[in-house]
Amino acid sequence: MNDPLSARQRWMAILARSSATHIRSFLMQRGTFPSHTILRGPENGLVMVRGRAGGGGAAFNLGEMTVTRCTVRTDTGFVGHAYIAGRDGECAELAALVDALMQDPDRHEEFEAGMIAPLEVLQTRRKAERAAKAAATRVQFFAMQTMRT
Amino acid sequence: MSLSPGFADPVADAQSCFRAVLDAMARPGRVQEVGGVSGPAPLCNAAAAVLLTLADPEAPLWLDAAAACARAWIEFHTGAPILPMADAMFAMALSLPVLAELPNGTDEMPETSATVILQVSSLATGRRFVLAGPGLREPALLTIDGMPADFSSIWGRNHALFPRGIDLILCAGNRLAALPRSVTIRDA
Repeated sequence: MNDPLSARQRWMAILARSSATHIRSFLMQRGTFPSHTILRGPENGLVMVRGRAGGGGAAFNLGEMTVTRCTVRTDTGFVGHAYIAGRDGECAELAALVDALMQDPDRHEEFEAGMIAPLEVLQTRRKAERAAKAAATRVQFFAMQTMRT
Repeated sequence: MSLSPGFADPVADAQSCFRAVLDAMARPGRVQEVGGVSGPAPLCNAAAAVLLTLADPEAPLWLDAAAACARAWIEFHTGAPILPMADAMFAMALSLPVLAELPNGTDEMPETSATVILQVSSLATGRRFVLAGPGLREPALLTIDGMPADFSSIWGRNHALFPRGIDLILCAGNRLAALPRSVTIRDA
């Protein structure tokens, strides 16, 4: 997590999974809404999701999914990007804005502690709940497992 | 280096700019107005608008040394790959490149030649050229500032290749004009 690329990937992933309402309420708590210029978007598009059967299977096209992307620049000159699943343009814009603010050394700590960390906790908990629910109904396909090894 | 926005209204602005380029190509030398974008230094607004309209990930672009200052902006907004001169479909230049080094198509596929987007100082003042050819019932006058002194003979060699050859889009400020390969030029 120490190198800048994976650190940025982490917060961009957390923002991409958050709802516009969450991000907006965090930004609103900080008083003035950070002013910014939109460089591109928000615009909708499709990406091809590729999958792989098992660990060693050939890659195949699973299907297309809708994504929305947006790029903004803050008044301090930081450029933030966001790619989110779905068609919520407002969410993409807010996520891009927070990505830009996270790159600002003066505001990084404030946003990390105030927004990214709580959202990460929330998302981890939600993921664990879903995993627990799914695990209860899991079926083990022994034959296939044996084949693969 | 800070990025600036592209077209204010990406769909409508790109369509009206495309229409302006079509009209300019159909009526060589007639000056068209384009807008919708504020060009990043050193590009003028018209050159930036033409790039946003024509360049895309499937249309490789070559930039001359001066235009390369805006490389980040061009790559971000158009997604066009920046390639060497010989592989480019479009060229963005601030001074006239050597036309013979750009792909000028083949007799079977003349449409594979490159289109040069050339930023000039002005389309209102400067040297005057007389244009003649398809799209012009009578010879037309075009005023260009910022062309090399021997431009008429350079263009003569390009025109002689017809149906092969380079098409030129001239941009200055918010205005553009085009010189398709079919047009002949002489000094006025």
